[in-house]
Amino acid sequence: MNIFKSLGFRAGIVSAVLFVVFIAIWYAATASPASTGGNVTGMTAEQIEYQKMMGKDPGAGKASGFPTPGQMGKTFVDQLSDPFYDRGPNDKGIAIQLGHSLGRVALGFLLACVVAIPLGFVIGMSPLLRRALDPFIQVLKPISPLAWMPLALYTIKDSSTSGIFVIFICSVWPMLINTAFGVSAVKREWLNVAKTLEVKPLRKAFLVILPAAAPTILTGMRISMGIAWLVIVAAEMLVGGTGIGYFVWNEWNNLSLTNVIFAIVVIGVMGMLLDLMFAQMQKWVTYAE
Amino acid sequence: MLNNPAPGAASGRPFLQVEGLAKSYPGTTEPVFDEVNFSINRGEFVCIIGHSGCGKTTILNVLAGLETASAGHVFMDGREVAGPSLERGVVFQGHALMPWLTVRKNIAFAVRSKWPDWTSAQVDTHVQKYVALVGLSAAIDKKPSALSGGMKQRVGIARAFAIEPKMLLLDEPFGALDALTRGTIQDELLAIVRETQQTVFMITHDVDEAVLLADKILLMSNGPQARVAEIVRNTMPRDRQRATVHHDPQYYPLRNHLVDFLVARSKDLSHGKAPAHPPTVEPGRGALADAPASVTLKAVA
Repeated sequence: MNIFKSLGFRAGIVSAVLFVVFIAIWYAATASPASTGGNVTGMTAEQIEYQKMMGKDPGAGKASGFPTPGQMGKTFVDQLSDPFYDRGPNDKGIAIQLGHSLGRVALGFLLACVVAIPLGFVIGMSPLLRRALDPFIQVLKPISPLAWMPLALYTIKDSSTSGIFVIFICSVWPMLINTAFGVSAVKREWLNVAKTLEVKPLRKAFLVILPAAAPTILTGMRISMGIAWLVIVAAEMLVGGTGIGYFVWNEWNNLSLTNVIFAIVVIGVMGMLLDLMFAQMQKWVTYAE
Repeated sequence: MLNNPAPGAASGRPFLQVEGLAKSYPGTTEPVFDEVNFSINRGEFVCIIGHSGCGKTTILNVLAGLETASAGHVFMDGREVAGPSLERGVVFQGHALMPWLTVRKNIAFAVRSKWPDWTSAQVDTHVQKYVALVGLSAAIDKKPSALSGGMKQRVGIARAFAIEPKMLLLDEPFGALDALTRGTIQDELLAIVRETQQTVFMITHDVDEAVLLADKILLMSNGPQARVAEIVRNTMPRDRQRATVHHDPQYYPLRNHLVDFLVARSKDLSHGKAPAHPPTVEPGRGALADAPASVTLKAVA
């Protein structure tokens, strides 16, 4: 059969095997061993009493240790079977938390698009502005978006809006830089065609420069979205209230490691889906020369 | 056929007049070219030929309005050329099609630029007409990446013709094509130009191409300080064909004249040693039985 020879199929097999191996190691590492620590039978009553006095309860075994794959599986089923429940501010379903995070990311990201793409266009077309704004961009770009948080909280005085601002500030730079680069790198010959056809500036911007620079602009947007998704978790841990980042922090305070791990996996899967979405959009605007 | 003047020559003032054109770049002592003087009559096909670096493309870009000269003037139809215009269609060296648009949309973009008020039906009819003219109707909805080099260049030509310019500027349009494709497209170009009575200014490196296509060939000396050293009038009948043109008795004298210039004379005429006002020569005429044996030399007034 041809399907068994295809690279995708073989890679899938290897992935599955690796996953099974990982689960097996995890299982082996977390399974409560029979002959260590928790061996009550080999001790006298005095020894057990002594151990308890020293803060080591031999009878409790590994009950509060790292979750086993079985416990994880149960958490996945529980969380995913009822993702939309809402029992007060500290106990909401994963879908609701994810929705809050995605909403913040979307809003901050859109604001960044609205600012970065037109500004990038102008910078890309004007060598003067490019030079003039370059020092500002170079200084502002490497600042961790979370460093803005106190300033945002102080000025905006609203934690949720501050989160959106942080997403905005971290998304804006890659988009701005890529848009400016894409616009300035539009082939001279296409601009010359537009010139000889006496194309008006606005028409030139939308029908020549924008499609020519679109692949580069979308690369910038994809990088921005990646960063925004990284930052939202940290930002929500700080501002609290709602969102997937707050969920992680809250479950840590509850000492529910299964829920923390579950949230980590959800964050990863969501990040992958967002990236795939932008990869697809990139495909639409990419042209072969 | 003996005294065949270039079409439109009788109408007094030439259609395109280039006067004292020069281009120098900052930091260099000698200009790339200077004192470039020539004229083109309406309906005339003019080729410019010369070695790399003599500024041919710069001259074409100045005519197109894409570059400015350091000195001199260009007048077209009695008005000075200052900036690009839809009156001059340009076929670029690297075809310059927009790769994200299909053939149809590439040409429609040009057509809409010229006639913004047209309905989409009008635009499409016009586009189809010019695509058919270059024989690409079957590929009209393909993207340039799906076309061969020759087909891309045909689209470039169709786009330039579609805006019905007063003058066509071609920057070595067939340079990147293989010999067979080049021949076919030359024939097509010749047919379209004759049908539409188009005035054409074209850069070429290919002597045979110049002899086949041009009514008048401008020979440029080498740079720096290059000039149009000589104007060669092609006295062969205008209905010449690629398949038979080399049997014409005028063909080899004409061709040899061009090759001799490029191989031997052009480098001695650099650094401004070429005359500012080039003489017109008719090297083909000597081969005709009933013509004077010597090459006719006329100084352009």
